[in-house]
Amino acid sequence: MHLILFFIFAGFCLAGAVNLLLQSHPITSALSLIVVMTSLAVLYLMLGAEFLAIAQIIVYAGAIMVLFTFVVMLLNAGREARTMGSRVARTVGFPAVVAILAVIATVILQAQGLGAARLSDGLTDVKGQTNLEQLGAVLFTKLLLPFEVTSVLILIAILGAVVLASHEGSVEQGTGNRDQGSERTGEE
Amino acid sequence: MTILQFILWSVLKVAVVTVVFLLAVAYTVLLERKLVGRIQNRWGPTRVGPFGLLQPLVDGAKSFLKEDIIPTGVYRPLYLIAPIIALGCALISIGVVPFGTPEVGPGGYVKHGELNFFQISDINIGLLVILGITSIGVYGIALAGWSSNNKYSLLGALRSSAQLVSYELALGLSLVGVVLRAGSLNLRVIVEQQATQGMLTWNIFGGMQFIAFFIYLTAAYAETNRSPFDLPEAESELTGGYHTEYSSMKFAMFFMAEYANMITVGCVATLLFLGGWTSPFGDLIPSFENVFVDAGLSLFWFVLKVFSFLFLYVWVRGTLPRFRYDQLMNFGWRWLMPLAILNIVATSALLAYR
Repeated sequence: MHLILFFIFAGFCLAGAVNLLLQSHPITSALSLIVVMTSLAVLYLMLGAEFLAIAQIIVYAGAIMVLFTFVVMLLNAGREARTMGSRVARTVGFPAVVAILAVIATVILQAQGLGAARLSDGLTDVKGQTNLEQLGAVLFTKLLLPFEVTSVLILIAILGAVVLASHEGSVEQGTGNRDQGSERTGEE
Repeated sequence: MTILQFILWSVLKVAVVTVVFLLAVAYTVLLERKLVGRIQNRWGPTRVGPFGLLQPLVDGAKSFLKEDIIPTGVYRPLYLIAPIIALGCALISIGVVPFGTPEVGPGGYVKHGELNFFQISDINIGLLVILGITSIGVYGIALAGWSSNNKYSLLGALRSSAQLVSYELALGLSLVGVVLRAGSLNLRVIVEQQATQGMLTWNIFGGMQFIAFFIYLTAAYAETNRSPFDLPEAESELTGGYHTEYSSMKFAMFFMAEYANMITVGCVATLLFLGGWTSPFGDLIPSFENVFVDAGLSLFWFVLKVFSFLFLYVWVRGTLPRFRYDQLMNFGWRWLMPLAILNIVATSALLAYR
């Protein structure tokens, strides 16, 4: 059962990724990215990481990609012109892709224990504790410092966005601009 | 239980819940028309059937039979898929809602973990699934507006996306207090935690979450694009908003999605703040020790609570005027969000020093 579902959603994921590259319309590409993200969420779910799966959907598919499509809609970006690309890109590009894939594949195959996890293993080892409780315990004890540092980093990004937005808005003195700025930062 | 039995039971439950849910959606429309009629001192629909009770069915038939017009300028694939996304997301999120007591199953009383009648799937992250699927539902509206190639549609879609993204934060934050009290995201656990003393331990009264309840209610009105936050379809400004170019059944799908979302929001509010399927009297009325009576009573309380929410929805619509756009954004960001964060801090402090 796990294996069948894995193949279905891995297939969706790959198809979405390929479609993302092939489509010439920006909004279709953005939608393919959403397909990739939701299929990844299902794969997380099958590994037993239910919180990670739903966080992936809420944060990436539900918030960040909404912003992407929002921008595409606002700019009203049309169909991109398709060019064949330069000759250098074609001659160097394909061997480079093969080389990179080969490097990744060797690293994965050589790493100890990396391929040992099976789909049916799941993450919940401790009896009676959900995924969320384990995650919370780890984040607020062992990994407290990195967690707080990341929060400060995001705070800096928010402040930067507010400063940028308020500079633009100071000419018009409108509240509308500032609102849009804070809306953006809330998303990040 | 074998995997085949599980699949069969799931399919059966999904089919029954979908049919009942769609019927409920249809009759919510009638409820709204009747109530708004009474609020505005007129009768509402009375002609079709006794008291106009057959009106939703006739409306549905009319939507099916209308000509389906696809304007030439639209971006076809997205124009066609947008109503499906909207309605699909609205229907999926009901799958984690427990409608009645989980102790009743095919073999009479069942223990936890066995098959029960009143919930399609009992999962650890039920609350987050509802939030996640609601956030996906934005795409239906956004894509509908964009692909219609119409300025009114696009403006409606932009307003709607901005509104949904803004109020989603306040909505999510207002639920944190409840989750803190229950210590779980599982909807069944949240209800059982409130149900110990009946009405006194409901999150809205005994749990001191009335501020969170107010924030949730306001944000939920905005999330479902309902009055007083119905800017995405403000007919006096945008003709119809994001569904201006839609006709026939495609329009009806957006319409159904809106009312389905209303019901889901009512269900979530019932589960999180009003004790779900449990009786408000707690143990004052002893258990009847009868499977049918228990199942029926739990369903009755649940439906009554959800109904009172729908009533409130319509009442608010009939009473309050529409917000202006900047007022809407100010209210969401400068009032609701800080208030929700304060509520989290206060609830955590209360739980820590109790």
